[in-house]
Amino acid sequence: MTNRWLLPEYVEDLLPPDAWRLETARRAILDLFRERHFDLVFPPLMEYMESLQTGTGRDMDLLTFRLVDQLNGRQLGIRADMTLQVARMDAHDLSHVGVNRLCYAGSVLHTRPAGHGQSREPYQMGAEIYGVSDLSADLDILHLMLEALQRIGLHNMTLDVGHVAFFRTLMQQAGLGEKQETQWFEAMLQKDVPTLQQLADTLQQPWRQALLALPELNGPAAMLDRAPAVLPQSPAMTQALEQLQAVAQHFQHCVDLTFDLAALQGYHYHSGLVFAVYVPGYADAVARGGRYDHMGRAFGRARAATGFSLDLRGLLPSLA
Amino acid sequence: MTLSPFQGITLALSKGRIFEDTLPLLQEAGITALADPESSRQLILPTNRPDVRLVIVRASDVPTYVQYGAADMGVAGKDVLLEHGGEGLYQPLDLGIARCRLMVAVPQGFDYAKAIQRGARLRVATKYASSARDHFALKGVHVDLIKLYGSMELAPLTGLADVIVDLVSSGNTLKANHLEAVEEITAISARLILNVAAWKLNRARMAPLLDAFSTGVAAAMRGRTNTRQPG
Repeated sequence: MTNRWLLPEYVEDLLPPDAWRLETARRAILDLFRERHFDLVFPPLMEYMESLQTGTGRDMDLLTFRLVDQLNGRQLGIRADMTLQVARMDAHDLSHVGVNRLCYAGSVLHTRPAGHGQSREPYQMGAEIYGVSDLSADLDILHLMLEALQRIGLHNMTLDVGHVAFFRTLMQQAGLGEKQETQWFEAMLQKDVPTLQQLADTLQQPWRQALLALPELNGPAAMLDRAPAVLPQSPAMTQALEQLQAVAQHFQHCVDLTFDLAALQGYHYHSGLVFAVYVPGYADAVARGGRYDHMGRAFGRARAATGFSLDLRGLLPSLA
Repeated sequence: MTLSPFQGITLALSKGRIFEDTLPLLQEAGITALADPESSRQLILPTNRPDVRLVIVRASDVPTYVQYGAADMGVAGKDVLLEHGGEGLYQPLDLGIARCRLMVAVPQGFDYAKAIQRGARLRVATKYASSARDHFALKGVHVDLIKLYGSMELAPLTGLADVIVDLVSSGNTLKANHLEAVEEITAISARLILNVAAWKLNRARMAPLLDAFSTGVAAAMRGRTNTRQPG
């Protein structure tokens, strides 16, 4: 072996001065989390596959490295995302009845790069609020996410906010089966209007009009005013629109805001508002989050939950 | 991953049919290319607008450039998008250009119906591995895929494969090689694709382009229907 120095693809050393730059940013974000009264937790590097596979869907499954536990032959996975682990801690280990604010920081491993130029060992940092089902927790998280990014030197941020209730409610009301819903989901995720038009051929009004309008309903806050005219009456969608309006009012002066009623990232586990921050120069979101009220159920109790996370390693070019 | 400092909109195109058919749509948006990729060796083509440039890449590389943000938008055939999977892309508009069909073709006289009886096993040569795999899986046919990069027609003639999956427009190449198309997998045309992050950040600049393309496509569709009507 002459290439003993060679590292696996998409795996890197952090050399000086990058290591200090990353560490300085890590400390700045952890200090912020502490100021905002988040408790720190360290989830384990590996867990049984069953625990890691709970409700996060196939994408996360394919990203997870597996190995066999030599103590008992069961299959272990190396964490590919810490959010689920923290949800498990809240649901099972910590007997908080009321509000629980948790934060975490650590490496996760991905079997393949999750995005372009992304390391297979992202450094994930995030914060979650459990036990608050109203909008106040989402706003809290949004503020925290924006401030964390600001403190480590990012600017020109665009905050994109959506809500899963639109697509989900329309699917339910239109009475589409699981197979059809998957086809709709895949086309809607890519705003694939030609395919959506084909799928809508067999659909009745008003779902047809509403579902075909959904991929166009994105843009600055003024777009939200157009939505009620094309969407059928439904308490879930009205409430979702109210939440988006509230976010618009709250953040209109601190960040560039866009809204997307067909935002379906993480649709399989999200249950409310979903959001992402985009910054010029990055081909993907620099931070993401959303509400996921049901995830704890698999671990014993469903808890209202919302949070965000980011990959600090991916942000190295912007760090001071 | 951070991107190059060009502040405008980068549009990725492939040479040949897609480039030629896209030019009139760009014209609709008031954009003209300042060089011709057929005669120029330049891969980055400036336009009459300093904030819009074209990059010329291989057809199958267009989704990659757009997904990774090296281009903000692009024009890619549905065939290429099916193979790529479309991850990280929006594909809001069918441009109706570069039309053809993705088909299964066999040597003339080959009993295709018999060859695909349930549980059968077929050797399939194709450039479109993912589309071919999905198509035959849906039919319940086992396949051994042979990935080729060109001259698919040769594969059944030389015993390399039983059938091929390839794009067919006139069918003349098939005929010249004593092959016949037996099954359509899907109709193909080119799509306008967008990088998700670019759309979120640059909507104000990209939306007018998207609108102009829509208008151009609608006009072309009307033109096509009109010429079809007698008198």
